[in-house]
Amino acid sequence: MSFYKNVTSKPWEYSSPTLGSGPESAFELPSERIALTIFLVVVSVIFSLLAVTYYLRMDLGDWVPMSDPNLLWVNTGVLIVSSVFLQFSRNTAQGENFTKARNLFLAGGLFAALFVIGQFVVWEQLSASGSGISASAASSFFFLLTGMHVAHIIGGLYVWSRTTFRFFNKTELPAVKLSIELCTTYWHFLLVLWVFIFAALTNT
Amino acid sequence: MAYVPLADQDHELHDPHTFITKYVWSQDHKVIAIQYGGTAIFVGLVALFLSAMMRLQLGFPDTFTLIDPSSYYQAVTMHGMIMVVYLLTALFLGGFGNYLIPLMCGTRDMVFPFLNMLSFWVYLLSVIILLSSFFVTGGPTGAGWTLYPPQTITPGTPGHDTGILLMLISLGVFIIAFTMGGLNYVTTVLQARARGLTMMRLPLSVWGILVATILGLFAFPALLVSAIMMTFDLTLGTSFFMPAIMAAGEQLDYNGGSPILFQHLFWFFGHPEVYIVALPAFGLVSDVLSTHARKNIFGYRMMVWAIIAIGGLSFIVWAHHMYVSGMNPYFGFFFATTTLIIAVPTAMKVYNWVLTLWEGDIRLNTPMLFAIGFVFTFIHGGLTGLFLGNVVIDLPLSDTYFVVAHFHMVMGVSPVLVLFASLYHWYPKITGRMMNETLGKLHFWCTFLGTYAIYLPMHYLGFLGVPRRYYAMGSTDFIPESAQALNANITIAAIFVAVAQVLFFINVFWSLRNGKPSGNNPWGATTLEWQTPETPPKHGNWGPEMPVVHRWAYDYSVPGYHQDFIPQNVPGDFGVSEDHDHDTEMKSPQDA
Repeated sequence: MSFYKNVTSKPWEYSSPTLGSGPESAFELPSERIALTIFLVVVSVIFSLLAVTYYLRMDLGDWVPMSDPNLLWVNTGVLIVSSVFLQFSRNTAQGENFTKARNLFLAGGLFAALFVIGQFVVWEQLSASGSGISASAASSFFFLLTGMHVAHIIGGLYVWSRTTFRFFNKTELPAVKLSIELCTTYWHFLLVLWVFIFAALTNT
Repeated sequence: MAYVPLADQDHELHDPHTFITKYVWSQDHKVIAIQYGGTAIFVGLVALFLSAMMRLQLGFPDTFTLIDPSSYYQAVTMHGMIMVVYLLTALFLGGFGNYLIPLMCGTRDMVFPFLNMLSFWVYLLSVIILLSSFFVTGGPTGAGWTLYPPQTITPGTPGHDTGILLMLISLGVFIIAFTMGGLNYVTTVLQARARGLTMMRLPLSVWGILVATILGLFAFPALLVSAIMMTFDLTLGTSFFMPAIMAAGEQLDYNGGSPILFQHLFWFFGHPEVYIVALPAFGLVSDVLSTHARKNIFGYRMMVWAIIAIGGLSFIVWAHHMYVSGMNPYFGFFFATTTLIIAVPTAMKVYNWVLTLWEGDIRLNTPMLFAIGFVFTFIHGGLTGLFLGNVVIDLPLSDTYFVVAHFHMVMGVSPVLVLFASLYHWYPKITGRMMNETLGKLHFWCTFLGTYAIYLPMHYLGFLGVPRRYYAMGSTDFIPESAQALNANITIAAIFVAVAQVLFFINVFWSLRNGKPSGNNPWGATTLEWQTPETPPKHGNWGPEMPVVHRWAYDYSVPGYHQDFIPQNVPGDFGVSEDHDHDTEMKSPQDA
């Protein structure tokens, strides 16, 4: 148990450093992956707090549920397709097929963009049918939760566009491999998050 | 092995050539630290000026007509928010975190230097947005730094439209900046420490900054969420926090929101925020005390675990700020209990600081004076916290000057004393010159005694029932005339302390040119930042060879060694092991 050994070590006793080439690190992972993991925890905290406020508000007595637009099901499908494309891109990038990995990566991002457009259409429909953001507490939370989620997708698309840029500038796959992997992790995370949000919104 | 480009590979380091990339758009953690620190101290001075305005009004309500009731509330609000978030959080984590983490961990820079640079510029943007609210119609928000709805956005509160909007946007931008910086600090400490520098060999400064950063990453989302929801209430007409309410005789368009919900969210951020400020202070002061007492820190492992325990517990005490907001009595019982429990690890830290001083070879220079001053103010502020943590005592004291005195002692004065201790302590490393001792000591005594003159009487005012946040007391039966005399005295002391800070700034700028050259390690300290080949450290910190760490950060006065400190990067076991005679003569490192 290295963790137990770590926390019970007596630092004042002398022990010479174990030799190695790089710095001491807590995890055998790239720093970028550590940072992304911490960031995903932060995002989880944000959405957990939103969920808590959502359920607390629902309990206040004057809650009137709203009907959810059917387009949300289509959008969910689009987001799943986007995630699947990125996963294929990630798998392909383990091999040597540069063009295929790039095309799959592009497709994944485009489907995510399509999801964003779809969500804007949902908001448009709701506003037009009188369930705008300030119509009721339920619709306020609908816009808040979906809006925060879309904001995170847009942030992901920014990183995606930078990676795409690198695809066209550099021809070597290893240079972008880590970026593809991290984007894929983020995409899957946002998909799972969306499933939770969708479930919370429909079960009112 | 983990791939950490900047930590150990010189050729991958960003290499600045022009003045702009060296000092303005710099990715060097030391330059970013100074940018962060300078900006934070500047806004801190703005907040200090605001407190002087408030004190003049409170002490001499009939003499000065500098501010009216509205601007008094605006001053209260901006003073609080600036001091807590934009000064203390930014200076401890953005300033000291940036400067010390790579140096104490023995790396060439942060793991993500570009993100680090971005963090500062986004922080600067948040400060500009915040300060711009002084110049818009209606002025900055006057809702109190807690920004409680509904009064925050109802007509009648100063800055209820533009001022509050700018405040909320500024907070959101600040949180983005903090998250970028925070990811960097945590990843750098976890992944890029020098060879041999295990987690349990880290200086306590790094531990304090690390755990505070993790707290910030978990707590600021609550503020972000509440800021976004309140912005929606303000601009889009939602009713997250706004109940059905009349304002100025008119029914507003809100319906069904919960103001208490905001309080929960706010304090879920607000209480960890206290420790986001306090934990780096705990860490820094431990290193200052240990260095100038020439003794190892007492109970190092206990100190580390206390930092972690305080960090964890700080998330389950938030509702002790809300006893008077109305809650289930069992809730109050729970939060009073957790509040008293968090005093245990905190008290352990205090005992350990005192025991570190016990029989030490104490050098009463300026940083040490400020550090010992901190132990005093922190004990006093902490003890009043035990009173306020109990529901039955809190109820009558809530919203009186007792609370003002408590939190200023514990999270105003105490962290600021640590900031001064740290600035005096690390100034030689940052500039290569020593600060003037005489001026420094004068600055300490004026500040230390002055703050007691300000805050001790405030406790008494609180017992009398003098309410906080009032522009003027008027004639009230239960407040005697003498309270006003006390208020006048507090104001004189406050102005005195505020003016005394000029001594510090004179010292900083005078010493920049005229200070005695410090050399690499003027205090005889063990930690890595004092072992750099140049002072101030050059770009890349370490020259061609990375440091290798052989020991923990507190090898002071080791018997048998020819100096009273052994730097962390010195190899060899000089400790007196049990089967040796303790009175062996002095050994040089070659003999050992």
